Parts: sequence; C-alpha cells; structure tokens
Amino acid sequence: MIRILTMALALLCLPLTVQAQELQSLLQSHQKTIAKPSRKSVGPVLEALVTSGLPTVPVFLEYWQNKDVYSREDDGLFFYGKAAGDTLELIDVDTGETVATVDKKAAKQIKPNGGVRKEIGSALVQFQLSDPDIARRTDAVNAIARDMSGQMLTPLLGSIDNENDPTLLARKKQLANYLSAKFSDDPAHRVAAIQDIAGDLSVEGRAILSQILETELVVTKGASDRNLLETLEIGEDISAPEAYALIVEQHKLSPMVSENEIRLALEANVEGGKVGGIPVQQLNDLSKRENAYDVLASAGAVAPRVTEAMLTDALETYQIHRAFVEDDPVVTLAALEAQASVQTRVGVNQFFDLSLDAISLASIYFLAAVGLAITFGVMGVINMAHGEFIMMGAYTGYVVQQFVPNYTASLIVALPLAFIVTFAAGVAMERLVIRWLYNRPLETLLATFGISIALQQLAKNIFGTQARPLTSPGWLDGAWIINDVVQISYIRIAIFVLALMFLGLLLFILKRTRLGLEVRAVTQNPRMAASMGINPDKIKMMTFGLGSGIAGIAGVAIGLFAKVTSEMGSDYIVQSFMTVVVGGVGNVWGTLAGAAMIGTFQKGVEWLNPSNTLAAQTYMILFIILFIQFRPKGIIALKGRAAGD
Amino acid sequence: MIKFAKTLTSAAALTVAASAAMAADCPVKVGVLHSLSGTMAISETTLKDTMLMLVDQQNAKGGVLGCEIEAVVVDPASDWPLFAEKARELLTTHEVDVIFGNWTSVSRKSVLPVIEELNGLLFYPVQYEGEESSKNVFYTGAAPNQQAIPAVDYFLEELGVEKFALLGTDYVYPRTTNNILEQYLKDNGIAADDIFVNYTPFGHSDWATIVADVVALGEDGKSVGVISTINGDANIGFYKELAAAGISADEIPVVAFSVGEEELSGLDTSNLVGHLAAWNYFQSAETEANAEFIDAWKAFAGEDRVTNDPMEAHYIGFNMWVNAVEAAGTTDVDAVRTAMYGQEFPNLTGGTAVMLPNHHLAKPVLIGEIQADGQFDIISKTTEVPGDAWTDFLPASAVLKSDWKELGCGMYNTETESCVQIKSNY
Amino acid sequence: MRKSFFADNPSVLWFLACLGLFTLGVTVLAEATGAGLISTSFVKTLGKVLCLCLVAVAMDVVWGYCGILSLGHFAFFGIGGYAVGMWLMYARTEAIVIQSLAERTIPPTATELNDAIATQIFGVVGASEFPLIWAFSHSLILQLMMVVLVPGLLALIFGWLAFRSRVTGVYLSILTQAMTLALALYLFQNDSGLRGNNGLSGLQNIPGFEAVPQSVISMGFFWASALALGLGYVLFARVLTGKMGSVIRAIRDDEARVRFLGYHVESYKLFVFTLTAIVAGIAGALYYPQAGIINPAEIAPIASIYLAVWVAIGGRGRLYGAVIGTAFVSLLSSWFTGGGAPNINLGFYTIQWTEWWLVLLGTSFVAVTLFFPGGIGMIFDKLKKGTS
Repeated sequence: MIRILTMALALLCLPLTVQAQELQSLLQSHQKTIAKPSRKSVGPVLEALVTSGLPTVPVFLEYWQNKDVYSREDDGLFFYGKAAGDTLELIDVDTGETVATVDKKAAKQIKPNGGVRKEIGSALVQFQLSDPDIARRTDAVNAIARDMSGQMLTPLLGSIDNENDPTLLARKKQLANYLSAKFSDDPAHRVAAIQDIAGDLSVEGRAILSQILETELVVTKGASDRNLLETLEIGEDISAPEAYALIVEQHKLSPMVSENEIRLALEANVEGGKVGGIPVQQLNDLSKRENAYDVLASAGAVAPRVTEAMLTDALETYQIHRAFVEDDPVVTLAALEAQASVQTRVGVNQFFDLSLDAISLASIYFLAAVGLAITFGVMGVINMAHGEFIMMGAYTGYVVQQFVPNYTASLIVALPLAFIVTFAAGVAMERLVIRWLYNRPLETLLATFGISIALQQLAKNIFGTQARPLTSPGWLDGAWIINDVVQISYIRIAIFVLALMFLGLLLFILKRTRLGLEVRAVTQNPRMAASMGINPDKIKMMTFGLGSGIAGIAGVAIGLFAKVTSEMGSDYIVQSFMTVVVGGVGNVWGTLAGAAMIGTFQKGVEWLNPSNTLAAQTYMILFIILFIQFRPKGIIALKGRAAGD
Repeated sequence: MIKFAKTLTSAAALTVAASAAMAADCPVKVGVLHSLSGTMAISETTLKDTMLMLVDQQNAKGGVLGCEIEAVVVDPASDWPLFAEKARELLTTHEVDVIFGNWTSVSRKSVLPVIEELNGLLFYPVQYEGEESSKNVFYTGAAPNQQAIPAVDYFLEELGVEKFALLGTDYVYPRTTNNILEQYLKDNGIAADDIFVNYTPFGHSDWATIVADVVALGEDGKSVGVISTINGDANIGFYKELAAAGISADEIPVVAFSVGEEELSGLDTSNLVGHLAAWNYFQSAETEANAEFIDAWKAFAGEDRVTNDPMEAHYIGFNMWVNAVEAAGTTDVDAVRTAMYGQEFPNLTGGTAVMLPNHHLAKPVLIGEIQADGQFDIISKTTEVPGDAWTDFLPASAVLKSDWKELGCGMYNTETESCVQIKSNY
Repeated sequence: MRKSFFADNPSVLWFLACLGLFTLGVTVLAEATGAGLISTSFVKTLGKVLCLCLVAVAMDVVWGYCGILSLGHFAFFGIGGYAVGMWLMYARTEAIVIQSLAERTIPPTATELNDAIATQIFGVVGASEFPLIWAFSHSLILQLMMVVLVPGLLALIFGWLAFRSRVTGVYLSILTQAMTLALALYLFQNDSGLRGNNGLSGLQNIPGFEAVPQSVISMGFFWASALALGLGYVLFARVLTGKMGSVIRAIRDDEARVRFLGYHVESYKLFVFTLTAIVAGIAGALYYPQAGIINPAEIAPIASIYLAVWVAIGGRGRLYGAVIGTAFVSLLSSWFTGGGAPNINLGFYTIQWTEWWLVLLGTSFVAVTLFFPGGIGMIFDKLKKGTS
C-alpha cells in the first residue's frame, strides 16, 4: 500500500513532458519481446508494465490485445494505428495524439497470438474488474474464468461489493467460489466452497473438483504417509510389466531388456559367425537368442536380463498407490463426495442431451425423407432424383441470398421460392418422364437415376464445385443453453419445428382436404377413382409436385445447418429411402417412426463408441437390414386393401 | 455390335494417332491429373486451373527449351483405379514429360506403381501424411513435420493446451497424422487419457454430439485444444456447429490442417474469428510475388476466387521443374530428377524453397487465425523447415531416411545401413 | 446334348465367335503380342471391360430373367477383388520384407518377419498387426477359394433372409442397396482390417512375375477375362435353357402363380442370386489386378446402380444385351473422360465434354428407358425378325 502511495506521489510530481515519454521508453526497453511476443516470454514484460503504475498501461494493453499496436520500421517505436486503405494513422502511446499518417508499409502491425492475448487479458483483469464500462468488466471476468489462478482471488473478492450488474455479480460470486475451493488458505472455507460446487453442473465447477482430486502414482516400499486414494492391485488395476516399469522409474531397479534390445546386443557381439557360442544361423528363434544373450551377460558384455524371479520379487517388495496431490484428507473427501453427486446429475443430463441430439437427427432424417414419403410412399414412384431436389432447394436459398442481403428476409423469400422451383421441377419430371413409366416401377428407378446424375453435373457446371455459403439469420445463431451439459443449437430447433409443421401440414392435406381424398383414391384404385370423376393424371402430377416441393424446402433447411454442394443430395438419398421403408410405406406417421428409430439408434451406437462415427452408421444400416427381415412392411404397416401390392 | 465395333476402331485409331504425333520433341507435354468430376472435384478443379494458368504464363515467357508447353488434361473422376489408368494413358499414349496431379493419398497410392513402372515424374502438391518416398514423385506439399508438428508445438508452447481432441475424417491422412501426433504428444508429456480421437465419415454433417464431447473434455480443468484433420465440406457443418455452441477460440482453439481459403469461402466466418489453420501459404501473405500471383489468378479464374496452399505448391513445383529442365537441357526424367535436387525458387510468402534429396521441399510453416472476411491473419511464421519423408516420432520410421541423391534409396534403414526397398510402399 | 444346346441357342455360338474374334484381334494388335497398335493401357481397359461384362451378364440373369433388381451385386464383385487382393499384397510384401531382412546380421524370427510384413502393409493406416481376416492371406489357393466362398455365403445368407420374408420388388432393391452400403461403410473404417479408405493397392504387380513387363501381364489377364466371360456366358445360357430357365422366367412374370403351381420359388431365387453372386466375385477377382487398386468406394451403392443401367441400355433379358450395354457405356465413358471427345464451340459457350459428359449420360438413360425399353439389344431382335 505504501509502495503504491509513493508511486502515485512520484507520478504527480513528474513534469508532464517526461511522463509523455515514459511508456514509450518503457516499451522500448522490451522492444523485441513486445514486437514478437510469445506466451512464454511475455510474462516479465507484462509484469514490468503493470508494476510501472503508468495510467496509460491499461490502454496500451487493450490496444495490444486487439492487434492495434504498430511498430515503425525506421526506429522501432510503438504507436497505436488506425488503418484506412493503404495509409496508416500513427497515434502516440503516451499522449494519444496523432503523430503522423504514413504508408502502410512503413509500420509493422504487431500480432500477439491467442496465448499472448490471454496473458494480456489476465494482466488487464485488475484494471478492468471495477471499470465503469460493463463490457470491460465482462472481459475481466471471462479472463479469470479462462485462467483460474490463485492470485485472481483477492482482486475478484474485492470487486464483488461494488458490482451493480446482477448477472455479472452472480458470475463473480460463482468464480470466487471456484477459486476459494481451490486456493483458499482456510480448509473449512474450502470445504464449504466445495459443497457449494456439488450443486453445480458447469464444466468449470467439475474442472475445479477434478483439479482438487488430482492424483499421481507413487511407489513405496512400505506404507505410504501420503493422502491416498487407493493402493493398486497388480494384474487388476495395472499390468505387471507396467508396474515394474513404474518401480524401475521411481526406485532405480534394472529395467527389462526388450526383444529388440536383445537383437541389437547380439548383432553388436557377433564373432566369427557366432554369438555366445551359438551360430548366427540358429538365432531365428527367440529362446536361442535369449540363451546367447545370457551367455554374453555372464561374460559381462551386456547388462543381465531381468528374470521372472526378480520381477515377482520386485512386485512383492513394492506397493503402488494412487495418491492425491492435495494433502488435506478433509478437503479431498468433501471433493469426492461433491464429485459423485455432480457426476450422477451430469450422467442424467448427458442422457437428456443425447436424446435431444437424437430427436434433432431424427427430424433432419424426417425432413429429408418426408417428400419421399409422398412420392414413394403414397404414389410408389422411386425417385432417385429426390436428393437433387433437396440440392435444388438449397441452391435456391443460396441464389436468393445473393440478391437479398438481409438474411431474415432472404429466408422468408427462399422458403416459398424453393418450394415453387422444386414443385415445378417435380411436375415437369412427372409429365415428361414418370407418367410413361407408372406400370414399370423398376425402370422409373433407372430413369430418375439418370436425371439425378445429370442434375448433379448441371449444378456443378453452373455453381462450380466449391461449397456455397448459405448463412442463417442472426436470430438462429447460437444455441439454447439449458445448462452446461444440455444445449441445442437454434437452427436444429428450427429444423425440428419445420419437421413438425410438415407433419401437420401433410396429415392435414392427406386426411382433411379434397386433394388428399383424391390422392388416396387415385393411389388405391386409379380406375375406380377415374370413374368417380377424378382426373388421375392431374392428381398424380400435383402429388408428385407436392413431394418434390417439400424436398426443396428441406434443402434450404439442410443447407442452413450443413453445406450447400452439388453432392449434398446423394448424402441423403439412400438414408431417406430406408427411413421410408423402415417406417412403413404409404404412411406419413410411418416415416416419422422410421426417422425416430434410425436417429435414436444411431445416436445410441455413437454414445457406445464415441470415437468412431462411421461405425455407428454401419451398424445402423445392418440393423435396418435385419429389421426389414422381421417386419418387411415397416413399423407401421398398412392393413387391408390399402396395402395393395 | 456395329456400334460397339465402331467405338473400338475409333478408340484404337485415336491411340494410333496419338502415338504417331509424339515423335517430335516439341511441344513439351505436361499431364494434369486432377479430378474434374466426383467428390474431389471440389478441390482439384482449382488446381487444374492453376496448372493451365502456369502453363500459359510460361508459354508467354517463351516456353521451355524453346518449345511450347502443352497441357494434357484428363479427368480421373475421383475414381481411384481410374487414376492409375489415366496415369498410364498420360505416360504411354500421350507421352507426357511430367505429371502434376492428385489430391488424396489413396489416389497417389493408386498412381505410384504405374509411374514407378514407367519411370514417370509426378509433382504432388498437397499436404500429406508422409511415410513414403518415391523415386518418381516430388512432394511439394507439406510433410507432417512441416504442418502438423509445428502446429502442435504452437498449441503446446503458445496456447498452453494440455488436452487434445484429434478430430478427423476416416481416411489415411488423418489416421497417420494422428498416429504421429499421438506419439509426439506422449513424448511431450501429455497423458494418453488426455488425447481424444474421433473419426467421422466423408461429408459428415451431424456434429452436435462430437462438439458436446469436446466441450466436456474440459471437465478436468485442463485447457482443451482441437486438432482437426477433417476433410473438405464436412468442415462447414463442423464450424457451423462450433459457432452455434458458442465456442470461441479463446476457450477451445481449433487448428485445422485441411481448411484453407477455398473451404472458408463456403461459410460465414464471423463466428469463427480466431480459430487457426496451419499451412505453408496463406493468401494474406504480404509479398510482391504473392500480390502478382493473386492478380494473375483472379484475372484467369475470376474476381471472387481465392488462392490456397496447394496452388502455391504447384506454383513452386512447376517453376522448379521448368528450371530443372532448362538446367538439364532435356525433359528426360532421370536427367530432370538429378537437376531437381537443390533447385531453389522463391516462396510466395517470402524466403526460398529448396528441393531436398528426399524429394521434399524446405518451406516455412505459417499459422493463421481466421478473419471475418474468410482470410487468415498470419500470426506465426517459422524459418524454412526441411520436409521429412519418414517421421522421427514413430519408432518404426525413426530409423528410416530418404536420400535419392547420395544413397539412391527412398527407404534407407540407418540402423542396419541398408536400403529396405527401392520401389515405394503402396 | 451339348450339340443340341448350341443348336437351340445359336446366339451363344454367335457370341462365342464374336468374343473369340475380338480376343484374337486385340492379341494381334497389342503391344506385347502383336503389332503394337493397341497400347497396354487400352488392353487393360478392354480386359476390365470384359470383367464388367461378366458381372453384367450375371446381373442380367438375376434381374432380366429372374426379376430381382439387385442393387448390391457390386458388393460381391468387390469382395472377390478384396479376396484376391489380400494374397497379392501379402505375397508381394513378404518378398520385399524377406529380401530386406536378409541383410541383417542375425536371421529374423518368425514373429519378427510377420511383424515386419504387417508393419509394411498396415503402416499406412497406422496399425502393425495382422487382423483375423488376413489369416489365409499367405495362401493363394485359400484366397482363391474365398473369391468363391465369401460372396456365395453372403448371398446365400442374405438371400435366404430376404426371400424367406417375401421381400420383393422395390423393397428388395433398397435392401440390397443397404447391404452394399453397409459393406462399403464397414470397409471404410480403418478398424475393419482391410486398410480402410486406402484399400489394397499395387495389385497389378503379380508376385513371382516381377520380371514380366506389364504389357505381357495385361495380355494374360485379358485372355483370362475373355475366357471367364465366355465360360460364364455358356454357364448362364445353360442354366436358362430347359425347364429351369422356364421356371426362372416365370418367377419374373408372376411369382405368385409359380408358387401356386407347386414350385419352391424361394429356392430358385436363392439359387440364381447365389450363383450370380459367385460369378460376380470371380469377375471382381479378375478385374482388380488389372485396375491395380481396390477400395471401399468401389462398392458404393452408385456402382451397382450403374451396373443396372448398363444392363438396361444393352437390353435386359438378353445375355448379349448386357455385354453390349456394358462395353458400349464404359468405353464411351472412358473416351469422354479421357478428353478424347472434341469440344463443341457454340459461339457463346464451349461444351467441354469432361464437364458435360455426365449430363449426356444421364439424359440418355432417360431416353433409353422411355423410348427404347429393349435397349440396344432390341436392334438385334429386329434384325432377327427381319431375317427369319
């Protein structure tokens, strides 16, 4: 305190002109480190800057962090820079006045990397914690959250009383709690903080608990005086060779000789075609090699091998423990209890999160397949170009964004436009191709496959092979965060809602409208329908257009959350067919059931084997194949006449 | 049958015509073996255009050896066996003097036996997993020690990352690179439990669970970083999910080895600012040569096109080849190969690339942060790093070295001092 | 009997004669054996086309004659390729490893040898141990048996399951497509033990024939492929004549009626499905040593759809139709993608065939299905009608 006071006094006494030079000269004494900062070297510089107590230091640190500091090529002096076109406005670091406007090449921008920026952020914390600007205070709090070092505790506690923003205050208290759990000097204080964390789900809280519970392996000859978690059983918790290696490391026994080392030793000791009296030709056998090695060892040429007896002996003499780094058993016990309680709740929440992911995946599958549910499911037309309708919808979205720069407006335009475009394409395809092939379903497959590859290539020729951006509006950015474990992005929620809307819309059209009635009539018995005065040609055309149009809208949605390329359609086509078949043909509910089942199953397998997503897809398809063997008509099979065939 | 026979005769006639026209030395023929259709067209068509531009530029300067250069473009259609077939066609029917081509490792492995059998010459421009050195291939892209290792060093040293998520597409480059990196991380004191590995299929789009897994890695209080070898357009979904989950580069930095300017042009980068990529070239490099190259490219291919690392690799490779041909005075493969060793050519990012006797380049390694405009801000640049064909971090490869100039061997075991094999490993 | 078979089926004789002439013609014109007018790479292409023709003939039998539109026959083709590829890789690598280990002072142990081969083969995918499925890879005979057994067994089990549950028509197509997709995805995984996306490569180098130039090897494979196609053609023609052929065709036309007549429809279908799968496996085993590399992308669903398209363009229900369709489309495709077709300048736009070939191909599928349901083979039918 006294030091700061004297410093402040000294500052007041200094004439203004000298002060104007002060920061620059301080910076110049660290010129190289500041111009080319590295996380490891920047510490002393930051310390020097902060302890200098200059009022301009926080400003400089902020500029530095934001990559706005330049170093003049001629003399290496530092300036704040404002770039405009090819010129650069240089601002003095001490006075804040514009010194000169120079060519961009005359000064070098200083780009501290992420690690350095983090360090600067930590150094800035003490200046910013009580800053009147809430943005700065938030920065400071974020920096603490990233760093979590003990020295932050005191300034953080100090700033809590004056905090007037309720959210920030809560956050500060939370962080202070984390820090005291780990760094407080008073064990009772720590235990209380730890018990507080037990009610917390956040990654940070869990991180603090794991850090308190950090362990290391220790090897002792007798009992250990450390704060132990457990003593390891050889063969169960740790394998014998690993255990021996650990003993070797900590107690300097002679290490095991590997097969490769034996070979190298033998090669080095060949004499007249023999090693240890054994001819080289016979050494293609491991036991012979060991014999030869033992001969060499007894002659003192190489280190002797570790025998089984030595190994057993060592394992019996020594004990291997897992010991806490933290010495206080009261603290670790509290942390263990807290961790157990947190983990149970994390488990439950993870399951919940996974279910959300599964629902989301299912709604994407549903959306991709729902158009097919109509064209294939209701009409029985195998449309291999369905995926390309999805792609056309996505590209429509992209093209609209080129003309309507407002993302929300463009989305509002793109959705109906995508429907119209693909509806038209679907109708054209039905009129030109499919209607000639209604009694030859397998040939429809081939013809539409031809259309599919032609459309894909056309898209490549028109839009190029690169993926095109389709950006979602700002209000769809980000995620709905329920807690630190359960969250789902808004775009996925939007897709879910869209899928629900389609489900409702389709059910309504098929079950409640004249068109739906006619569609069902035409698909069940076209001749009878025709004699009732329904025009089957027109109905089929409309139905096909509807199915294709929905694929177009699905394309916009899929493009928003993934990518827009000419091949995006083919990623979904096989899966979509399977969704429809598994669910049961001719039924929108069936498609929903199919999508739900496939989505859930895939997420389940992913959860079992998180490191290999490909395996999940493989097993999902195998599962589908088996499923169809036992329920060839799908989950929801039509009964009676409607089943047709 | 008539039609069939007609096709045959016309195809045969084509073959005859092609071989007859090849008697003269001029023009010098350059084969371009990049997929123009299929899944890889997305990346490779750009390289085909780059080659056509470079050939045009060289012809404007008077060609090579007084001959005009003619580019022979074929389309292997992202079909790996077709790569072998087209390579044979280029070398035997078109009799090209050199081939510039390939992107994926599997396509390179498909072509290798053919060019080794026919003693062709291939310039391969893409960063790859190493563990290979063919007498007939010059690798102008980065080996793992010229991209992956420096990037990991940056994570360890500069960002202080203690826990790693290695995310990759399930194919050979991520698999091998991650193997090397796992070993390297372990050597640097990172525990096996602190390395999370995940492989996804090509074009994967459902990233929510994986991103959640990565976030959950932070629960033991270590600072987490992601090393991404995710390929191609799967990146778009990945980055969109990252942005949606609100993961900033300050919390969990992601460094990508397969994401360049081209891939970023497919998405809005404003939420990704600060995430990283490691390459030997970025479009944002401020040198005169680069400005010229970008201008020429935009004039050739269109204003909205970007440049990327494999393009620079072709730029260096092609110019080195031209210089080597001039130096050798012939396009004969063996003579050109000998002339290639020690060839120097200025990088677009400054400094000079040198062709080493192991057929790799010495190039600087750059690390860039993604900017809101889809470009990279270069925040770290090393001096030239010599490419290493056989990694030092896997025990089986550490003893191997490649030196075609002195030892005449691409897979030389320094322990037994013998050449393991002359042909490469495919 | 034999005489009467050919007498009843003059088209088989005609086909064999054409195939023989074609083989002779190529032999005379090829680099290794004749005038050198046909390059080795074109011989390889032709050899591969013959293998594709063989699998297309099998496809025609199962689809055109038996009415099962299988979209999974390329899975069997691929398995055949993998089976033979495993031996090719193992034997080639073993030779290299033995040679390199021989330079050591101390002879290698059996484990060292095995480890070195495994490292060499699986090093590219970051593994160094032999997976279980490579257990027989050291033996050519066993692997050749795999070429027949694995596709046969897979088809038998899959077919038994599917036909038993009466999965028919479009559903069966989608199910077979799912099968080939599952297999492709499985093989894509590195953990599958078949080198993941890299697949097996360098298959054109035949162990024991290192000194023989590729021009000669490719001729050998060309002859073998021609022989296989000839034999396969005769085999299927035999199967399809007589009572059995009638039953198979009847199943295509009305399955329920055949069942009512007392035939065990499932057994016939299973027989045809399995037999064609085995032939597809053999075709694959001959194809991939000529292609040089096999990887999971080869058996992606789209390959099998192309197969159906070839048969459709050639004209299904005629064995020669399958051959013509396959040869026509694949050679044309190779000509267009090879940059062989001249660009068309329309003044305002230049049509580059590498870019427009697929558009042309796609629209011609549509045209064929709409206007020429009998495919190219229909022309022959018309000719036949004209002469008789």
